[in-house]
Amino acid sequence: MNLHEYQGKDVFRAGGIPVPPGDVARTVEEAETIAARLGFPVVIKAQVLTGGRGKAGGVKVVKNGAEFTREAGRILGMDIRGHAVRKILVTPATEIEKEFYAGIVLDRKYETPLLMVSPAGGVDIEEVARQTPEKILRLHLDGRGLPAYRARAAARFLDSRPKVQKQLVDVLLKLARVYYDCDASLAEINPLIVTPREEVWALDAKVVIDDNALDRHADLADMRDLGAEDPGEVEAREKGLSYVRLDGTIGCVVNGAGLAMATMDLIQFHGGKPANFLDIGGSSNPDKVTAAMNILTRDQRVRAVLFNIFGGITRCDDVARGLLTALDRIGTKMPMVIRLTGTNEKEARELLSARGMVALSDMDEAVRTVIARAAEAA
Amino acid sequence: MSILVGRDSRVLVQGITGRDGSFHARGMKEYGTKVVAGVTPGKGGMDVDGIPVFDSVEEAVARTKANVSVIYVPATLAQDAIYEAVDAEIPLVVCITEGVPVRDMIEISAYLRGKSTRLIGPNCPGLITPGQCKVGIMPGFIHAPGRIGLVSRSGTLTYEVVWQLTRAKMGQSTCIGIGGDPIVGTRFVDALAQFEADEETDAIVLIGEIGGTDEEDAAALIEEHITKPVVAFIAGQTAPPGKRMGHAGAIVSGGAGTAAEKIARFERAGVPVAKIPSEIPGLVAIALAKSRKKAGLKVVMGGKGSEKKAVPKGAKKKAAPKRPAAKRAKPAARKSPAGKAASKKRAGARKGRK
Repeated sequence: MNLHEYQGKDVFRAGGIPVPPGDVARTVEEAETIAARLGFPVVIKAQVLTGGRGKAGGVKVVKNGAEFTREAGRILGMDIRGHAVRKILVTPATEIEKEFYAGIVLDRKYETPLLMVSPAGGVDIEEVARQTPEKILRLHLDGRGLPAYRARAAARFLDSRPKVQKQLVDVLLKLARVYYDCDASLAEINPLIVTPREEVWALDAKVVIDDNALDRHADLADMRDLGAEDPGEVEAREKGLSYVRLDGTIGCVVNGAGLAMATMDLIQFHGGKPANFLDIGGSSNPDKVTAAMNILTRDQRVRAVLFNIFGGITRCDDVARGLLTALDRIGTKMPMVIRLTGTNEKEARELLSARGMVALSDMDEAVRTVIARAAEAA
Repeated sequence: MSILVGRDSRVLVQGITGRDGSFHARGMKEYGTKVVAGVTPGKGGMDVDGIPVFDSVEEAVARTKANVSVIYVPATLAQDAIYEAVDAEIPLVVCITEGVPVRDMIEISAYLRGKSTRLIGPNCPGLITPGQCKVGIMPGFIHAPGRIGLVSRSGTLTYEVVWQLTRAKMGQSTCIGIGGDPIVGTRFVDALAQFEADEETDAIVLIGEIGGTDEEDAAALIEEHITKPVVAFIAGQTAPPGKRMGHAGAIVSGGAGTAAEKIARFERAGVPVAKIPSEIPGLVAIALAKSRKKAGLKVVMGGKGSEKKAVPKGAKKKAAPKRPAAKRAKPAARKSPAGKAASKKRAGARKGRK
């Protein structure tokens, strides 16, 4: 789960990391109250769950009230890469002398978190890694977490002044603590700045929480911003489905994540474009099938839907029953192609054919058929 | 005996009284697996379909000599269940549970270092040596005994590929689902090394997906150390960056972990990569034919749709004049001792060059 910047900053603040004051607003009026309290100049920052806000014009320094009202209104109406801006963060403009990067990610290869710091902050860290890899210091965290002596080494890599180093060590140790305590899979400060008065502040916060760990973090789970996510994805999660919206025309409902990905690929291979990733899991529950069909039929771009089920522990006849129940409930006219193979395939076919539906057994054939049906429907 | 599990495996089910545990314990038993014990704390003394239940893994091992544990407990209890199995010194632990927090796996990974236990999973379908032993949740009937090893990060996609192999008369030595999480106990490289050392595996099918660099590591290992033919498939070519595709590990982040990169890396290592799953059996047949040719064996096609069979060159020369052409394929169906010796020799020669 991705946190908004303001939520990430709340998490950092609670962990003792120095974060400038500021507050989040949903309307221009709310924003003006916050700005009046902070005093100008302030920065307005769009709160969206996607990168590239700055480049898109979603971050703006303003010096007076008139400019503030205009800019706050503009940013609150923006759309950044398909994400509508519904909230803005208002925070004091800070004088910056130096910009660093500090982030902790999971290193899958070494199966342990990895702290990365760089004196080249404020820009995309992947770009730094490509262009000037020598400007990144990497330190693995282990069972001890981040020992202070290693945090000191990282601080020396960033700045030569003892007063600044001392503050950086403190930030890095606390960042490691936050990463661990929140079950984060990413905790990033970019930029981590030094002011002309040699003060260290976290000016941004990017925190991603491991979805599998949300059960033990009710406070973090509550931060989920349903309004900022795709409504289909929200509904899917509530129903225990795994769904990602794409931009094609062929909807697919598949059991299993790997098979769902392979189905998307196969649609593309045969000349179509997948509209989504959707894994109904090992379930044949009619509620899940109904939810899946609801999500797909609501998507205006979807022209035809492919059901691709490999019956293993999931029985094909159960899925067929779920599908028929779902169709009775929602009564869609959407063209549908069904592919069933595996456990109780024969029974499933009989159930479907009694209702005038035909199930294919070959995956390639099913994909070619659904592409043809989508073309007819377009 | 293929790899990791076989006729001698004595399986213990952790979480046997739960819904999934009892269902799959029955399924494994019906397949012919020796399911010797179950564990659910507080339910010792019960039995599930005649399988005795114990309070602890330690007790179950002492009483039944179980040497494989399969875990079906809820995600919040999975870490403790794995620790318990490792501390009871069970050589093979298979964790089926989905949704284990990454932090729990980081801790397990550190704990497992220097221990003799091999962990498979979590978030995996388990593994099967067809006709002998099934440890996990896969449908047994799609498999057939044979000589193709299969390793995959997926569940149902694995079934799909296995089914295609079985229909193409390519049986499997062992099929392992290593799991779809960012941190898993057994990775592609570990499974490849096992298959390479297994005398009952002739070729390996590897099914990867987006996310991480395990496929790249596998390609590097194949380049240097794997002499058996490998065929790969990578799922997720159409996946958008930054989005998790069902599996916790299936995410393309910061431009790394894409299907295109993985496919390119395999191709650089000389590993044929299937564009779609249905190409896999054909590519395996070609790869097997090539490797046998290289080993000084001549390939003779079996019946329609069957696996290509190999005969040693010399043997065929002698046999040919005595038999009508139509029957020629028949003796080749058995792998002759000369054939085995030839492939061993080849393996030795490859190592010698290093």
